[in-house]
Amino acid sequence: MIVADRKPLQEILEMIKDFNKILIIGCKGCVTVCNVGGSKEVGILASSLKIARKKEGRPLEIDEKTLERQCDPEYVDQIKDIVNDYDAIISMACGVGPQFLSERYPDSRFFPAVNTTFFGGALQHGIWEERCAGCGTCVIHYFEGMCPIARCAKSLLNGPCGGSAGGKCEISKDVDCIWDLIVKKKMEQGRLDDLLEFRPAKDWTTSRDGGPRKSVREELVQ
Amino acid sequence: MSELKSGSNLEKVLKAGHFAFTGECGPPQGANVEHLKEKAHHLKGCVDAVNITDNQTAVVRMSSWAASIILMQEGLEPNFQMVCRDRNRLAIQSDILGIYAHGIRNMLCLSGDHQRFGNHPQAKNVFDIDSMQLIHTVKTMRDEGKFMNGEDIDVPPKLFIGAASNPFADPFEFRVHRLAKKIAAGADFIQTQCIYNMDRFREFMKNAVDMGLHEKCYILAGVTPMKSVGMARYMAKQVPGMDVPDSLIERLRGAGKGNVAQEGIKFALEQIEEFKEMEGIAGVHLMAIEWEHMVPEIAEKAGVLPRPQV
Repeated sequence: MIVADRKPLQEILEMIKDFNKILIIGCKGCVTVCNVGGSKEVGILASSLKIARKKEGRPLEIDEKTLERQCDPEYVDQIKDIVNDYDAIISMACGVGPQFLSERYPDSRFFPAVNTTFFGGALQHGIWEERCAGCGTCVIHYFEGMCPIARCAKSLLNGPCGGSAGGKCEISKDVDCIWDLIVKKKMEQGRLDDLLEFRPAKDWTTSRDGGPRKSVREELVQ
Repeated sequence: MSELKSGSNLEKVLKAGHFAFTGECGPPQGANVEHLKEKAHHLKGCVDAVNITDNQTAVVRMSSWAASIILMQEGLEPNFQMVCRDRNRLAIQSDILGIYAHGIRNMLCLSGDHQRFGNHPQAKNVFDIDSMQLIHTVKTMRDEGKFMNGEDIDVPPKLFIGAASNPFADPFEFRVHRLAKKIAAGADFIQTQCIYNMDRFREFMKNAVDMGLHEKCYILAGVTPMKSVGMARYMAKQVPGMDVPDSLIERLRGAGKGNVAQEGIKFALEQIEEFKEMEGIAGVHLMAIEWEHMVPEIAEKAGVLPRPQV
């Protein structure tokens, strides 16, 4: 899923300081699963903003809504009758949400309440970790199901580098060296020879380096 | 290893079977050419080539190619270092052509420390290719006269290709295989990480020799004399992939105030003596970090002077 973190309250307050009537829109997709932008978090943010503005002596009127998804025109359409009732709209979806909203409603002001961070999964409740860099050409089968593009700090295809120590990456003792894990798993599986093979330079044209990307599936296009 | 690949002094020294002795010089954090020349001056006549670091530890310094040219003007042979952190394949290949055009003949291929260590941690890193692919690129440019995209090069750069090896990083079992991979990718010579744990290095070299790697490539052992107990402790704890045994720290501490630096040099000299005899070792790479003025004394005491004229 796409993982995000809530922006600090102060930053959101600063964004909306000139506005008095706000709509906060959550999303039932990834951000609900990672507990950052679902209906529960929309409620918490609304309360926090109201309390903070009340303290400032400038009370804020806030309505809450959570869409099925904000990355689909069908659901974005669902606020068409109310969008003009607000001075500004805060989206709690990933970075896609506020952009789809802005494109659909060009006369309204939209603000992001979360920082979109990575494609990852939950290690345990409350902890998520990056797994995919969206490079457009998956190679994890060469590396025992682990992605060095996303999970090596240097995206090495012929690792590990000289900074791997005690299973940890040179950038932080809190980060596993993915190459250490790849090598150990190859050894356990008796496939270390795979890693002796030179992996050539990657073609990055399918990644963001090739420019903004689009996926067209002819059979679905009407 | 029949005909010369680059014609560099370092290549000729190694090919002639001499025990090579290389040094290192970090470019200034500014355009202070005089300071660079002064550091280089200490190394002149003491080493076969001087590594010029490339934004080492991700700290911005004068570019390694520019400092390499200044060294050449001072009569020293540079070993131009290049990291993959700061350049994509366009910049990498154009810089390789540029340094060759200016007469540089040695190049050390590195991944590069992550920018988090340096003085611009906000930077976007590149890592378009890794050090293994960089080695392969330089070899392809030299031997096949081709760019990475397969197009022909009009006058290919003929470089003596170096790579680094850290026998002390983890996983230890894989390190010798990684060395083999770098040699297969095209490395002509290897300079190792600073060695302090001699037991572990002996084991690493035994494995390398058993695999016959020393016959395919020249391996230079990395030596950095300890200046102080604080430096030893810092390297032990703060530098990833560095193995400094407690016994060495104790030995330095035991030397007593005012004598630690001399004890550090003494240990380095003992190491060099052992490397001269160690099977598979073709020379020493002395990294006297901000201690360039001590290199003549160390070289003299190590008995590696005068350097061979080849």
